[in-house]
Amino acid sequence: MPASSSPKPAGAPLTGRVPRLLLVPALLGFGFLVLPLFGLLARTPWSTLGAQLFSTGVRDALLLSLATASAATVVSLVLGVPLAWLLARTEFPGRSLVRALVTVPLVLPPVVGGVALLMVWGRNGLLGRYAAEWTGYGLPFTPAGVVAAQVFVAMPFLVMSVEGALRGMDRRYEEAAATLGANRWTVFRRVTLPMVAPGILAGAVLCWSRALGEFGATIMFAGNYPGRTQTMPLAVYLEMQRSPEAAVVLSLVLLAVSVLILVVLRDHWLGAR
Amino acid sequence: MTAPVPVVDAHLVVHHPGFTVETRFQVASGHVLALLGPNGAGKSTVLRALAGLLPAQGHLRVDGVDLLSVPAERRPVGFVFQDFLLFPHLTVVENVAFGPRCQGMPARQARRLALDLLTDMGVAEYARARPRTLSGGQQQRVALARALATRPRLLLLDEPMAALDADTRMSVRAMLRCRLTAFSGATVLVTHDPLDAMVLADRVLVLEDGVSVQEGTPGDVARRPRTDYVARLVGVNLYRGRAAGTRVQLAGPHGSAVALTVASPHDGEVFAAFPPHAVALYRERPHGSPRNTWLLTVDGVERFGPHVRVRLSGAVEVNADITAAALADLSLRPGDRVWAAVKATEVECYPV
Amino acid sequence: MRFARCVVAVCAVLVGSACTPVADGSASGPPERTLTVFAAASLTDVFRTWGAQFAEQHPGTTVEFAFAGSSALAEQLAQGAPADVFASADQATMDRVVADVGVADEPVVFARNTLQIAVPPENPAGIGSLDDLAADGTTVALCAEHVPCGAASRAVLDAAGVAVDPVTWEEDVRAALTRVRLGEVDAALVYRSDVVAAGGDVHGIDIPEAAAAVNDYPIAVLADAAEPELAQAWTAFVTSPDNAKVLDDAGFLLP
Repeated sequence: MPASSSPKPAGAPLTGRVPRLLLVPALLGFGFLVLPLFGLLARTPWSTLGAQLFSTGVRDALLLSLATASAATVVSLVLGVPLAWLLARTEFPGRSLVRALVTVPLVLPPVVGGVALLMVWGRNGLLGRYAAEWTGYGLPFTPAGVVAAQVFVAMPFLVMSVEGALRGMDRRYEEAAATLGANRWTVFRRVTLPMVAPGILAGAVLCWSRALGEFGATIMFAGNYPGRTQTMPLAVYLEMQRSPEAAVVLSLVLLAVSVLILVVLRDHWLGAR
Repeated sequence: MTAPVPVVDAHLVVHHPGFTVETRFQVASGHVLALLGPNGAGKSTVLRALAGLLPAQGHLRVDGVDLLSVPAERRPVGFVFQDFLLFPHLTVVENVAFGPRCQGMPARQARRLALDLLTDMGVAEYARARPRTLSGGQQQRVALARALATRPRLLLLDEPMAALDADTRMSVRAMLRCRLTAFSGATVLVTHDPLDAMVLADRVLVLEDGVSVQEGTPGDVARRPRTDYVARLVGVNLYRGRAAGTRVQLAGPHGSAVALTVASPHDGEVFAAFPPHAVALYRERPHGSPRNTWLLTVDGVERFGPHVRVRLSGAVEVNADITAAALADLSLRPGDRVWAAVKATEVECYPV
Repeated sequence: MRFARCVVAVCAVLVGSACTPVADGSASGPPERTLTVFAAASLTDVFRTWGAQFAEQHPGTTVEFAFAGSSALAEQLAQGAPADVFASADQATMDRVVADVGVADEPVVFARNTLQIAVPPENPAGIGSLDDLAADGTTVALCAEHVPCGAASRAVLDAAGVAVDPVTWEEDVRAALTRVRLGEVDAALVYRSDVVAAGGDVHGIDIPEAAAAVNDYPIAVLADAAEPELAQAWTAFVTSPDNAKVLDDAGFLLP
């Protein structure tokens, strides 16, 4: 047999060699991404870190950020998964236009998104006008407004991810379910959803991360009030002008929380595959 | 003997862009119909139309009720897919209980039914396993159990052997034979393997290019093929010609006329068929009993099971199966001239 | 260097809001020298007008501006952003730049500003005085207290003895004004100059307590200016009484 007479074991030599043309830019890219994080650590005022960390300002901003980002992710799941299904599974005129519109917030500067939200949901906005008239409440300057801004910028990530998962799924499983007597809702609930669950989870993680870091649309739409609409990124930005040291501490907290949660999620679900 | 009541009476027309599949058939209670044909003939299209996964025109009566306008999930149809399509996120028993649950059966009862079916199939020990940990043959059994769990009247099997390795095929074929005999409804199975059709089916329908070209019992189709495809598939030499009594005038490959003597008299357009092992080869012209003899050229020699298949051409094209010993005696090489003889009694002759 | 300045100017735009860089080059001949001015956001309109005039008087000169909140600009300067001149909306921020970055000469006050209440033209909450800002159900935007207009607002409100709970602390004065323009809040405390700049979009209400916090606008040439002579010429231009009408038209007070 020619395979057994081969002098070298197959596979082993190839893995060791990485072309320099790839290695150099790869390391440069990695360094470019990671160095700023070390910059943060280098500038951290370790002596006063404890006191700054446990100040109520930091705690309020962190709790608000975690709560609003999670709420925004839930809203995005409830609205975004059906939207992704519609885009992936149905044919209707203008579908590509709808898809393009859904992705607009991805490329729109978030500040512009905030202005756009004001135009619709502001006190004088297209819909906000009636909401304020009938209920006496409006979204701007409220935590709900923060969530709205975060959903606007973060939901497209979820929709894209879930649509990709739906398109990548073997649709014959859905046919198999139909031949077993499952109606379309049952097929969606018991076959489609579980089979694209990894894609939904990945999308939700992306969406949550984006919502946690959201700044421009939030400050434009929801304003800035500690404990109510001042999320971590807003606190970082405003502290930067008053006390850069405090801003570094806040950034560090934000960084630690995001890394922690992403690592936990990865090990728990994504790593299980 | 009265003909069994047909469970399924189908006339299906399915339009694809640039391709139309049309077929008619009936399947009686407890019977198995095999759809046989080359790739792309439209076999799977017919199966999907039966299941309601493709829109079709015509009619599809199951127990007298037309189902063509009924959506897939409300048809009394079970489908075993080629690669089984067991849901990877459910356990084996959940897969089998899926159908009954969709039909509204309480969870506990559906689970018990599923376990009973799995026990029947001899795979109950894997009930809590994920399907991907099972072998192909075990998955096939689970898939069959899942399809039967909804108590269908029409069972559809798409290439049931295609995803299995050669060793598993034999045992699964025997298992299927046994299960399908026990099944009270009608079964339609798609295959491109004539052996599956012969072993599993009561009747065979041959599809080519979207059209049914032959229907009959497996034995009938094997003995009396009506197209070159079927003839090749069942390994028979097939000719078409005009009969006058026991003489059949064949149209040879290059416009030459060749006469063939058959045992039973016919008149008009006929098919004539004989198996390769009915052909004897000689270096010298044979004498004796009434035979059809031709001097032909050897085109090729290849091993064919325990025999050697010799491809011959000339006035007619003939495949002959001889033993290795005979080959050695004749010392045949491609290009050699040799006499081929077929007894008239070995030739099947039947009208077009 | 030019590239670095462009990057900084663009960054300033991205970080600050409601400000844009302006390159007012002379119409004839290619620009040979570029003056980079970091200026408080409230100076946007005045400095743009002056920038065009200055470029006309100094052919071959381009004046590039970065407008943002004074403290944001001060932070950028402290981080090494290259600029020739800094104009602040308050003395405290200028003091910080003098200490952290260094200036060539003593800063000179060239303008003053006082606060007004800005309301939408139809004044839906019927605001007439500072006291009205504290009424229940009135939504108010204030500048964050670490930016000059926020510090001034605090001083004015303290002087009046009025406690206002805003719905939002804005990071600069233009952002607070935008809230009023869009009608998202009933009122905001902003500079007179900003009300003038907003034209008919907002209505300004004078408040007697404004005297408690009059903002000085100091300007200074930075110690490591790349174009020190041009920078000196610019500060002379800005502080010249001949050019004061532009300030007056824009709602500023003269020192």
